[in-house]
Amino acid sequence: MSCWATIQDYGLRAIGIGERLLPRDDFTLCQQFTLIGSGMIWNIYFGLFALMMGFFLATALAMGKASSSAIFRKPAEWFIFLFRGSPLFIQFFFAYFLFLNLKSVSPFFDPFTAAWLGALIVLFFNTAAYSGEIFYGALLSIPKGDIEAADAYGMSGWSRFKRVIWPTMLRLAWPAYTNEAIFLFHATALVFFSGFPAWQQRGDALYYASYFADKTFNPFIPYPILAFYFILLTLVVIGTFGLVNARLNRHLPQNMRRKIRLRPNLIR
Amino acid sequence: MACYLTTGKHMSIYWSVLTVLTLLAITAPIALLFGFGGASAARSHFAPLRWLGQTYISIVRGVPEIAFFLFFVIALDQIIEYLRHKVKCPDWSQPIWQGNDFVVCQAAKMPLGNAPQWVHETYGFSIAILTFAIVYGAFAANVLFGAMRAVPHAQLETAEAYGMTRRQTYWRVLVPQMWVYALPGLSNLWMVLIKATPLLFLLGVEDIVYWARELGGTKTPRFTDYPHGDWRMWYFLALLVFYLAFTRVSEIVLARIMARLTHGQATAGGEAQRKAAA
Repeated sequence: MSCWATIQDYGLRAIGIGERLLPRDDFTLCQQFTLIGSGMIWNIYFGLFALMMGFFLATALAMGKASSSAIFRKPAEWFIFLFRGSPLFIQFFFAYFLFLNLKSVSPFFDPFTAAWLGALIVLFFNTAAYSGEIFYGALLSIPKGDIEAADAYGMSGWSRFKRVIWPTMLRLAWPAYTNEAIFLFHATALVFFSGFPAWQQRGDALYYASYFADKTFNPFIPYPILAFYFILLTLVVIGTFGLVNARLNRHLPQNMRRKIRLRPNLIR
Repeated sequence: MACYLTTGKHMSIYWSVLTVLTLLAITAPIALLFGFGGASAARSHFAPLRWLGQTYISIVRGVPEIAFFLFFVIALDQIIEYLRHKVKCPDWSQPIWQGNDFVVCQAAKMPLGNAPQWVHETYGFSIAILTFAIVYGAFAANVLFGAMRAVPHAQLETAEAYGMTRRQTYWRVLVPQMWVYALPGLSNLWMVLIKATPLLFLLGVEDIVYWARELGGTKTPRFTDYPHGDWRMWYFLALLVFYLAFTRVSEIVLARIMARLTHGQATAGGEAQRKAAA
């Protein structure tokens, strides 16, 4: 079987299109590359949607935590502490069993026990908490002069937030937020190892990689392939976020711009 | 309720909490050692050693740590068995990878097939510790590498001016001074390490996640005196609270240590302390 035929059979296997049965023996390098690559669809799906939704909740959480009124501050603080203080792995397990229990109460919760929604919600809350903390830190380090200048121009409330506070906060937080995005993508690899079942063997990249490693007893091929895909994904994330960073910093002189540095001390 | 919580099986979950704490206690120093080695290698003047250190740091950064956990457990196991195989059975003619199987001679099995149960468990646990140490060693290496660069360069130049050799400068000037800069990163790493302990479950160690799933599952009256429905949710809630409490306590302790270390330092933190006292 040629490699092209394998790609047609298994290229979209992770979302249920193509050959039903996974290869059982005589694994070729092409099969491993194709299947693990098709699993990356899920990693990208989880990471992308959690990031996009988490961004808005994170902004809200940061504003809440910086608020002077305890009604807003306390819930935001507790939310951030809850999701940053406990392991993501345990959160996945707890959420899965919580949704299982809720399912027996009402059929409304049926889709929540599937990974595509249940795990996405956990990742969404998790990344919101982590980025919320990052945004909060940035909010506190907005130069005082910027806000005074906005006041002097007669801005207040919404327009001051939209034109001064929010863009400055993003600009300051962006390098750290890039790291958060990278590690969120890494965290998506946990999903199918934490209770959430891979329905009809539609799993993510790590799921297929460990499938091959279990079948062949040879970890030295599938895991490096997985590593290759993830390093590629990391580079894409750095590139994309770098473009946004350049746009956020476009009004500053070259030597004042904040560079993105990969700092690995942020895992869950 | 009190009877329920003290059945034999529940004792195992309490023991597994101890397992987790042991893992933390053993892994942290080893990972620090690996990190120290990695950071020293990465700033070595001998190019291949430097490349080795830098590769070690950057590969582990780019890939999810869970993939490493799954990889290293099999890989380390196979490497050890392969080496033993080479030494103990030199006249073995068959290939080691036979299609889908990894075959070594009986004497090279690790642990030996006839070894008692506790040897198997200890072996699995030490492989887990080694894996944790390798992965978190890379993170520690990165932190220490940054800390070594943060030590003011004038200090090193002064040492050189006093005629110290490179080795002396390293051990007497650089290493003692870098810890203040490394502590924030290391305490962050400690938090991360705490939060990584549930991954032990994936390495096949019977840890708290394993027991929470075991004990929480539906029990019928036929097999136990305390039948109950699916309580896994509550067990994981308990784990969640355990980890939250553990993180909180660590936070408080680390804040104390940091306050003590910054005392009298010429940094922003030390300056703030001085002003608060005055």
